[in-house]
Amino acid sequence: MTYLRPNFRHPDAPTNRIGFTEKDYEGALSTLCAGCGHDSISSAIVSACFELSIEPHRVAKLSGIGCSSKTPTYFLSNSHGFNSVHGRMPSVTTGANLANRDLIYLGVSGDGDSASIGLGQFGHVVRRNLNMLYVLENNGCYGLTKGQTSATTDLDSVNKAGVNNPFEPIDLTKLALQLGATFVARSFSGDKEQLVPLIKAAISHRGFAFIDVISPCVTFNNNPGSKKSYDFVREHCEATATIDFVPMQEEITTAYEPGSTKEVTLHDGSVIRLQKPMTDYRPDNRHAALEALHRAEQRGEILTGLLYIDEDPSDLHDTLNTVSTALNALDEEALCPGNKVLQSINRSFR
Amino acid sequence: MEVTNTADPEYFHRVVDCQYACPAHTPVPEYIRLIAQGRYDDAYMINWESNVFPGVLGRTCDRPCEPACRRGRLGKDGSEEPVAICRLKRVAADNKDNILSRLPAIPSNNNGKRIALIGAGPASLTVARDLLPLGYELVLFDEQKVAGGMMRSQIPSFRLPEKVLNEEIDFILRDQVELRLGKRVDSMKAVLDEGFDAVFIGTGAPKGKELNLPGSEECTANIHVGVSWLSSVAFEHTTRIGRRVIVLGGGNTAMDCCRTARRLGGEDVKVVVRSPRETMKASPWEIEDAEHEGIPILNNHVPKEFIVENGRLVGMRFEKVEAQYDENGKRSLVPTGEDPVVIPCDDVLVAVGQENSFPWIERDIGIEFGDWDMLKVDTRTFATTNKKVFVAGDAAIGPENIITAVAQAHQAAISIDKYCMGQAIDDRPAPGHTLISQKMGVHEWSYSSSVADDPRHVVPLIATDKALADRKVEVELGFDRQLGLEEAERCLNCDVQTVFEAKRCIECDACVDICPTDCLTMIGNSEEGQLRENLTFPARNVEQPLFISDDLATGRVMVKDENVCLHCGLCAERCPTGAWDMQKFLYRVTQAGKACQL
Repeated sequence: MTYLRPNFRHPDAPTNRIGFTEKDYEGALSTLCAGCGHDSISSAIVSACFELSIEPHRVAKLSGIGCSSKTPTYFLSNSHGFNSVHGRMPSVTTGANLANRDLIYLGVSGDGDSASIGLGQFGHVVRRNLNMLYVLENNGCYGLTKGQTSATTDLDSVNKAGVNNPFEPIDLTKLALQLGATFVARSFSGDKEQLVPLIKAAISHRGFAFIDVISPCVTFNNNPGSKKSYDFVREHCEATATIDFVPMQEEITTAYEPGSTKEVTLHDGSVIRLQKPMTDYRPDNRHAALEALHRAEQRGEILTGLLYIDEDPSDLHDTLNTVSTALNALDEEALCPGNKVLQSINRSFR
Repeated sequence: MEVTNTADPEYFHRVVDCQYACPAHTPVPEYIRLIAQGRYDDAYMINWESNVFPGVLGRTCDRPCEPACRRGRLGKDGSEEPVAICRLKRVAADNKDNILSRLPAIPSNNNGKRIALIGAGPASLTVARDLLPLGYELVLFDEQKVAGGMMRSQIPSFRLPEKVLNEEIDFILRDQVELRLGKRVDSMKAVLDEGFDAVFIGTGAPKGKELNLPGSEECTANIHVGVSWLSSVAFEHTTRIGRRVIVLGGGNTAMDCCRTARRLGGEDVKVVVRSPRETMKASPWEIEDAEHEGIPILNNHVPKEFIVENGRLVGMRFEKVEAQYDENGKRSLVPTGEDPVVIPCDDVLVAVGQENSFPWIERDIGIEFGDWDMLKVDTRTFATTNKKVFVAGDAAIGPENIITAVAQAHQAAISIDKYCMGQAIDDRPAPGHTLISQKMGVHEWSYSSSVADDPRHVVPLIATDKALADRKVEVELGFDRQLGLEEAERCLNCDVQTVFEAKRCIECDACVDICPTDCLTMIGNSEEGQLRENLTFPARNVEQPLFISDDLATGRVMVKDENVCLHCGLCAERCPTGAWDMQKFLYRVTQAGKACQL
């Protein structure tokens, strides 16, 4: 087994705006099963952060437990990391974000971690609109414990032993939409052309951004009859639109036929461009998104792409009216203003 | 683009850059791995079979393999150097045990065919090596008293010790070849009249060019033709040279001349070259070695006159020039108009080129000559227009190098064998090749797949004062076993091929994601120019092939840019279905013998 990736990269590998190559965003060599969709997602995160010229030390990656939650080791080695308790990534992220609002929060979770043990945590982080990217690496099974069906296993999906799943799945994109998430998308680990711009847009979004990434478990859930196998997903994907992300620093140079694209401008001036959108697709309408999801489901299709976005929402810090400076940047006097201030606060409650 | 036909051995052969670039196609990565495993005898024999003179070539080869080495293409802006292939070959030769028992047996009964080999240099010796085990009776002719040809007469002992050369000549001749040494062949007709079944010409390009300038007639005693002078030093007819020496010429012979002069009393030795340094013919490392011994190289100086005073050579006059290129890239050396440069000297060595010389071949015996008095040669069979006469090496094509002579001589040996066996010589044998999986376990390979980061190791040299004190002291000490092992680990194992089977691929992207150099792309097929541009990193080195798979389930194809593949095996390790596999490709040029007879 090779534990180290060779150090050579393509001699023409470019550097980004801040002088890093993509290699500077990589992590350790994956120990997941060969062919795991999660590795492709890690690779997409690496590309997205490289292309956005994010300083690696400005990112905190947080996860729970499971195959998905191992993956932060495999990308962004130079970033902060926190591997938390099963299903509790959202509360750890909430705490971290409230303490230091200057970092980019990248939460990675799986279907077990988010839709079973962590379902409650998931609901609350959505409704609080915490400024973070929540990546759900959704393989529809418990891959780490030999592939039992999970809460997101589709109805009538056949497992490796040939048994049909009799239960309705929990669709976390629908749940997120219903609970007020301000950026909701779905993608497929095998489609980086869609996934990378979605991650870039989600990172640039100020507020809670949720991407449900279908990520086939090549060892336990890639059999015929599975609804989360590479073949099934590839055959049943239906994108809302082709997505393109133009960061704020870049000039928009490509010309498109009028009417063929929709554009969404984010708070920082970045633009999400949606090409060849589906008829009646409206990325700014929560109900339309839910309806589109239902309709695709009835057709037996998987709707991918950007489902919904609120261009400039208020996040948890706005709602709580917190101090605009990260706590670690405040001096002692500001953090501990002393007895006099405490007394006056106490007085205000009487 | 069309689907790549990997069943054609030439495809994978091309991927093994070093082996492909080697005229003899020595399986380089194969012997480097054996060196790393300490199997020096095996490494030596692989070389010996292919290039006949591993010890000699491990010191003197022109190493076309090294500029071709993939490793040299991996660094940003050329920052990575190729594997020291040539000096690793020497490691195998230096550390081998007694390999006599592994040499092919020479049959006690000969096959009744008698072959004359004229000239005892690398070409004739290679033919002898190939034909002796097949039962041929061989007669070797040379004007010198000892076999070796230019390897003995022109390569100085401080680069190639005599005992290394002698040993490898003995491996070939093994007292089984009739030697007619010490007497120059003056008549090809006389040789043919002796009734040989075939005659091989391996006389090289023995004649050094002279330089006729004002003054050259008046001081011939101090103007020497480089190759003749080197030969005279090698056979100890010359033991001294003047204190101040000018060497004219920018090739490897000039480098050997100046370094030899330093050892024969030359204290102030200069190399003077007409052209700019970039276009000097000498190998960069030979230039480096000369400079290391305190020999300046003056470029852009065109010799104009030998300055003679009182019948004695006292110096040379040069005109300074600069290279200018016209729109077709054709170079002319244009005088700069500066004052002429006068360099005082006691002796001049002229190393400005070599020529073939065939005054001994009669023109009425069916051997035709072409332009510049060169033999007419078929460069595939190395036959001349006389069906009994074959030629290879410098004698066939003009001055090249040892490894080219060896490669051609193998082909000539095949032709001689076929001709003597009454077969058509045009029908050439196909190369032998094998392709075998190196998978040992789920994630385990039989080769060292990790890629070492080490920069190229430098070959240790003996102290310059010691080297200059005796012309027979070898300058390079060679890699010891430890350094040899470390250098061997730099080899990327390009012969362990990435073999892809499209029907097993589930397009999970694992290989594409893991590939350190991003040389894999799954993409819609298109014509080559477009496809090369469409890859993750555009494949702009068009010398290097693209691998195109059969159609995948989605209609895309797997494209691999062979240019920067590290052969690290990660694509195969991360492949869940075994669509990628690492398979060792061994390509061997077929040599004379049973394999090429019909």
